[in-house]
Amino acid sequence: MKGCISPSVHLSELQQIHTHYLFIIMLKGLQSCWDSDGAIDMGCRVTKSNQLQLKACDPAMRAALLIQRWYRQYAARLEMRRRCTWNIFQSIEYSGQQDHIKLYNFFGYLMDHFTSASSQRNLVSQMFRESDMFQDVEWERQFCYKDIEVPDVYGGPHLSFPLTVSIVTELVDAFKNKQKLHARYVLQLLGKTWTLLRLMPNISHVCSCKHTEITICGDLHGHLEDLLLVFYKNGFPSAETPYVFNGDFVDRGKESMEILLVLFAFLLLYPLDVHLNRGNHEDHIVNLRYGFTKEVLGKYPVHGKMILKLLQKIFSCLPLATVIDQKVLILHGGISDKTDLNLIAKLDRRRFVSALRPLTRREADGDDEDVSAGRRRVQSLTHGLTGQSRQELPRHSELHSGSGLTGRSRQELHSGSGLTGRSRQELHSGSGLTGRSRQELHSGSGLTGRSVDEELRERRRLAGLSLSSDSQLGSAEVLESDAEEWKQIVDVLWSDPMSQNGCVPNEVRGGGCYWGPDVTQEVLDRHKLKLLIRSHECKQEGYEFCHNGRVLTIFSASNYYDVGSNRGAYIRLGPDLIPHFKQFQASRSTRELTLRQSVGRTERSALQALRMQLFTHTSALIREFQEYDPQCTGVISVKHWAEAVEKVLRLSLPWRVLRAQLVTSTRDGTLNYQHWLNQLSVIQTHTEIANTSLLETLYKHHSNLESIFRMIDTDHSGLISLEEFHQTWRLLSSHLQTVISDEAIAELADSIDFNKDGSIDINEFMEAFRLVEQCRGVGEDEPAPQ
Amino acid sequence: MADKYNAETIITETQKRISNAFDVFDHESNKTVDVREIGTIIRSLGCFPSEAELHDVIAELEEEEPTGFVRYEKFLPTVTKILLERKFRPIPEDLLLQAFEVLDQQKRGHLEPEELTKYLTQEGEPFTQEEMDEMLSAAVDPDKNISFYWQDGHPEKQTKWSSNNRVDEMGSSDTQTAVAGTSGAAIT
Repeated sequence: MKGCISPSVHLSELQQIHTHYLFIIMLKGLQSCWDSDGAIDMGCRVTKSNQLQLKACDPAMRAALLIQRWYRQYAARLEMRRRCTWNIFQSIEYSGQQDHIKLYNFFGYLMDHFTSASSQRNLVSQMFRESDMFQDVEWERQFCYKDIEVPDVYGGPHLSFPLTVSIVTELVDAFKNKQKLHARYVLQLLGKTWTLLRLMPNISHVCSCKHTEITICGDLHGHLEDLLLVFYKNGFPSAETPYVFNGDFVDRGKESMEILLVLFAFLLLYPLDVHLNRGNHEDHIVNLRYGFTKEVLGKYPVHGKMILKLLQKIFSCLPLATVIDQKVLILHGGISDKTDLNLIAKLDRRRFVSALRPLTRREADGDDEDVSAGRRRVQSLTHGLTGQSRQELPRHSELHSGSGLTGRSRQELHSGSGLTGRSRQELHSGSGLTGRSRQELHSGSGLTGRSVDEELRERRRLAGLSLSSDSQLGSAEVLESDAEEWKQIVDVLWSDPMSQNGCVPNEVRGGGCYWGPDVTQEVLDRHKLKLLIRSHECKQEGYEFCHNGRVLTIFSASNYYDVGSNRGAYIRLGPDLIPHFKQFQASRSTRELTLRQSVGRTERSALQALRMQLFTHTSALIREFQEYDPQCTGVISVKHWAEAVEKVLRLSLPWRVLRAQLVTSTRDGTLNYQHWLNQLSVIQTHTEIANTSLLETLYKHHSNLESIFRMIDTDHSGLISLEEFHQTWRLLSSHLQTVISDEAIAELADSIDFNKDGSIDINEFMEAFRLVEQCRGVGEDEPAPQ
Repeated sequence: MADKYNAETIITETQKRISNAFDVFDHESNKTVDVREIGTIIRSLGCFPSEAELHDVIAELEEEEPTGFVRYEKFLPTVTKILLERKFRPIPEDLLLQAFEVLDQQKRGHLEPEELTKYLTQEGEPFTQEEMDEMLSAAVDPDKNISFYWQDGHPEKQTKWSSNNRVDEMGSSDTQTAVAGTSGAAIT
């Protein structure tokens, strides 16, 4: 420290003086503490601020003051913990969504990379079976409920059409009593909903003039209890009580199906007074990952598949936004600087089945050629890709570019399976890229390894000369507008606000944008709107303003992350268009818990989730720790631990604070990291799997794996063949650039096939990854406090 | 007498704690927090200010033209001083017990929820209904519907409230820790 002759000497001197000053203060603090030790101080500190209180200082008052002062500190500590827990959940949730977008890129990879091995081709084609060929009429035949019998023993609710208020009320009551609606009625109800939704415009316009107030609800995510709570407090939807439901009705919560049925029933009952906006979870591929698909198949094992198919149609028919009095815009995610409501109003929303799936080409005249020309993959959702024009094509595609190209031979491309439905012309061109490059107008993805022809075409395209020389497939404008429309919709469904000005791609979610207050002002002013109401993000109080009060987030699923994590809220909006809020919290499960217990419980969940994250990064963590431990002592400082963890996990959390809960044995500010990692958790499996990195990888991707498996399992039997398992895993692992030997996979597959019948039960496989923390033995419920 | 080297460490550690606590509420990562969260932050750092004292601190932290936000540049030095001065000291457990005993005029060894409510929502710096409800939910024994005991004969109840007068790190367990000599609570 001393002895430097650079200007920093002065700085360090200043620092020393500053330190000295603080040191004196600290001493004084200690002294005063010693001085008054033992004195009975009932809180009557003589400061100028509470001299007033001294005046009337009777003992009861002083006692009350003391207790209040004490309690407020206690409550603040709890609040701090609650907030920290919250931050953990949010970080993990958003990083999970990003993960799912990688799944999309994996699909892209599959479409580019399947080899001539027919089995693999079939596998992939299975996953993308083109099923949107039929006309609506055809589908109606398919979805017909009429042949489904309702047995006499059925004790659930019955529906008859046209619906009446009493029928719907009974339906709600039935769900309250945990009954299930029979598949026949489900399909009937859904069918009518589909018919109705098809007639609706992309943007619903609502006038508040004749109504008193409009109620607006945010994300529900399968929390039927919350919906019922809203109805209880606010009344059922009716002509006098119109509602807007702003998307994300399904996933995560266990009663997504019931929520949909209730909402659709009211929609059919009051089509002019109930408005549903699509959310990013109204998307069948997202549902594969986040629980809705599982729920439906569990509740409707026989007809679930048909129900899901019909829901797929319904989701794509849901309107994208609602506008009240031409002044208040309500949509699920948000906007971007390019948002154009006129464009959104005109597009064909039904083409956008899933944000995570290639766009199907507009069906021309039912011409076979055109139809099978089909698959264009739209730009990768992570459209913040930096322009990497030429790169060495690695053996496997890059995870983030999602482009992974090879120039494939004609034979390879000849699928005849309708998978990619690429036309002959495409094949001839040798363009292994597929329409994706044409669509990635904004992204500049990493296109590599092209033939000269392809490269020329690409450059021409980038220069805007033409989208493709294979323009027999359709005009260039069609494809370009596809991309534009795509972006409009994804932005609406996936974006989040930020506090800085500007508009940047939403890397955390992997789709949509982050948009700033300047964009809000510009877009709202351009459309002559006053307020934007959106959802998509969980808020602790159920609602939150931002952007100078011009953006309002509303979220209606209480206890979203865990019991006690947040309130839900809804908005009442009168003709003055000033929002009023009502908050609530489903408390059936919280009632027995004290405040501290519920914070503690949520906290434990969050910590457990964190431990899982840490576990999945074991190898990377070890490498990082070793950077700090060149002598390989196995020990590093707590400070380095925190730095390493932050770097590897890329979750910005207060790691130093969390350390106490995540690393229990430290000594003199150091820890043995190998020991810690071993101790971290134990994965409970039914098999002996010696290879931890395999396990780790499997665990890290288990939810994506599950999504993929469920897509393979097209008859929804819950089983996939060993061969399919093997292939899928091989594909995924090559995409991830993870070296896992075929033998290891085969062994794993074999060991999981418990009854040796050549097929794997998906659920059992996923169960095997339930992480059990041996050391702690965390139970489900906490015992009551003393 | 703590030597200077230790003092520096303590100061740095203190400031790190302050920074961590501040960050938790810095939702937009722009080094500002809502002024309404200041109380929570300062208290979570181990301070026990009264409401009036808190208002004074906030007045000090606010801008000349109050924006509703407090900036870190102002927050850090002010709160560092508060912590190092040990300005709003923790309340020793025995003092707390005495306070309850004072309210228990009939010397029964416990308080009914209604009594507690009456005192805490009417006297001193009154609780809001919400604060009262929350406190009761944590204190009341659902079986007996009375507030906690504190006499010597019921040590389990006694310690129920007293856990962790020291600064609570995230995730500190719910298990009770008997509080010893809180008046000497060091800057942890």
